[in-house]
Amino acid sequence: MGIKINDQKFEKNLEKNLNDDFMRAAMVKAQDLITKNRENVLSQLGDGNFREWQQLSGDIRAHVLENLDFYLNQFAENVVKNGGNVFFAKDAKEASEYVTNLALERGVKKVVKAKSMVTEEIGLNHALMDAGVDVKETDLAEYILQLDDWNPPSHMVVPSLHLNKTQIRDVFAENGYTGEDLPEDLAAFARAQLRNEFVTADMGIYGCNFAIAESGAITLISNEGNIDLCTAAPELQVSVMGMERIVATYEDADICISLLGRSAVGAKNTSYTTFVNGITEEGAADGAKEFHVVIVDNGRSEVLKSQFKEVLQCMRCAACLNACPVYRQVGGHSYNAIYSGPLGVVLTPLLAGYDDFKELPYMCSLCGECTEVCPSNIPLHKLIHEHKRVLAEEKKASAFWGASMSGAGMVLSRPWMYKLGTSMAPMMTKPLMVDGKIKKGVSVLKGWTDKRDMPAMEKVRFRDWYESRSKGEKK
Amino acid sequence: MKVTLFTTCIVDFMAMNVGKATVELLEGLGHEIDYPKNQTCCGQPTYNTGYVEKTKNTIKHFIETFEHAEVIVSPSGSCVSFVKEYPHIFEDDKEWKERAEKVAAKTYELSQFLIDVINVDDFSAKLPGKAVYHHNCHTARFLQVKEQPLTLLSKVEGLELVDFHNSRKCCGFGGTFSVKMGEISAEVADEKARYIQEANPDYLIGADFACLMNIGGRLSRLGSNIQVMHLAEVLNSK
Repeated sequence: MGIKINDQKFEKNLEKNLNDDFMRAAMVKAQDLITKNRENVLSQLGDGNFREWQQLSGDIRAHVLENLDFYLNQFAENVVKNGGNVFFAKDAKEASEYVTNLALERGVKKVVKAKSMVTEEIGLNHALMDAGVDVKETDLAEYILQLDDWNPPSHMVVPSLHLNKTQIRDVFAENGYTGEDLPEDLAAFARAQLRNEFVTADMGIYGCNFAIAESGAITLISNEGNIDLCTAAPELQVSVMGMERIVATYEDADICISLLGRSAVGAKNTSYTTFVNGITEEGAADGAKEFHVVIVDNGRSEVLKSQFKEVLQCMRCAACLNACPVYRQVGGHSYNAIYSGPLGVVLTPLLAGYDDFKELPYMCSLCGECTEVCPSNIPLHKLIHEHKRVLAEEKKASAFWGASMSGAGMVLSRPWMYKLGTSMAPMMTKPLMVDGKIKKGVSVLKGWTDKRDMPAMEKVRFRDWYESRSKGEKK
Repeated sequence: MKVTLFTTCIVDFMAMNVGKATVELLEGLGHEIDYPKNQTCCGQPTYNTGYVEKTKNTIKHFIETFEHAEVIVSPSGSCVSFVKEYPHIFEDDKEWKERAEKVAAKTYELSQFLIDVINVDDFSAKLPGKAVYHHNCHTARFLQVKEQPLTLLSKVEGLELVDFHNSRKCCGFGGTFSVKMGEISAEVADEKARYIQEANPDYLIGADFACLMNIGGRLSRLGSNIQVMHLAEVLNSK
């Protein structure tokens, strides 16, 4: 699939999603629940000063990025010491080809996969399937989406948030399920199906929450146990990681892990925190006999050199999605990319270019809540604004807005023009007035007045009142 | 004290009562008002849309108009938070950066000025009824002014302040966002308006007219009779 999830135009996607009542109610419910739990568990972390934790974690991540070549090298050396192999992939194609070729060379028929954003990003599933390898997503939500004809994920942590239990029952029914839409029964069905996949798979693929440079370990944070089965059952295992997903030490990882589960789902801890340290010991019953780490660049080196480098501090917790007032209304699919919400607004154009995603930076009211909740201390709203600046000033993305803003800049920096303009405003807007309010605007005002009234422009402006009062004619 | 007033453009031509209440409030405390007639706008509309270069002349005009002031007070936390950004915008221009720093350092949002600078919280204001308070994002997050408006409102006689669901979330205004992404903006405003209606207040109070215009615009369309008031107007109610 890659980063982009469909070929629909932005407006079309938006319209469809704004009309999806179930999805919208699910977003609101999920945001409110996660936010409440998140605030609760963070208030109990240390002395409850989240700002300090946020800064510490951000510093840990920023330090690694400043010295990324050193830590990547240290990490890679340790993976090799642990009996693993490391491949640096410059782009999505190289990364997918490496894993696909490995599968073909080892005669792999079936892969079990844990949820991983970077494997979505590089389009790994389809590359493997095109090569004739059977791929099974094993995270429950991803499993549902795969069965639903690869319905794209709408949330980084809760990928099937946009589907309800009846829709899920219908998907399962096409795959042999005969029960009702009871969550317990649906989960039991999935569990039984998946158990069989784990024991018959030849290869396990998973992502990486944090790669630990000092030991070469891959850290995996999960809840369902499926990732642990991916790291236990198949003898051939591959971890795919974005090249920025690294921390120097276990001690640093501890800080980041403390914030990850709390920020992501409002839980003090997830069910499993797993460290994969290369190949398993001789004679062990489970674990990898052959282990590969694929470190994916895919545009990250360029981001690192740019004014957007702080976005690489991200640990994919989705706290920004859970806080964003826009994501709340439009849902993940409106961003038309696997990365959504404020993170998606910043990251998608960097990895996939502006051409298909030029609307994204405007899906932001600049409220700053994303920045407030980010456990990696990324100034998300400022980076979103920087995208707007690039689009406006470097890409000249909109002639209309460019001209409008030139006009506005001219008026607002020349008092005589401002005064003249505001004195004429009541007359100019008079044709739009109904009952003393603007109810049906034209041009840009239409976006406002479709659902909102706008007050009348003042006939007596503040400055007029003040001036007349100063002259002793109190009104 | 001589207080230099920055009303903001939106108050000037869309909500003169807010400016009037601010003047009367400050004069009532014995302060002298200085209103530079050449003031226009802080520059956010163009800046937040991404046009940084096209904003610089507006900012320079603001600095020239206000740098004589002892203290600058404005009934909008959003505009004040943007004035505080000025020095970063002139990062590569030593002269204007320094001038911007001086102006930014003496600019205050109204409730911040009342509580943190001159330490006045009681205006003998009276307003009978139930009210909700909407927190403006830039005031609360960028200026970290959260408690000051609530402290002021707690002293208003007859006013019962109640909370409402997600009172600290964005109302969906966002400057040009409200027209550029009007459909999304309206949906955010609609949810905000519904939560306010659930609390069944007589008044919606805020300290930033832009949010009030947005939420009020949705409430008005829904036929609500909740009265929308700026903090300055509430404190000036007798």
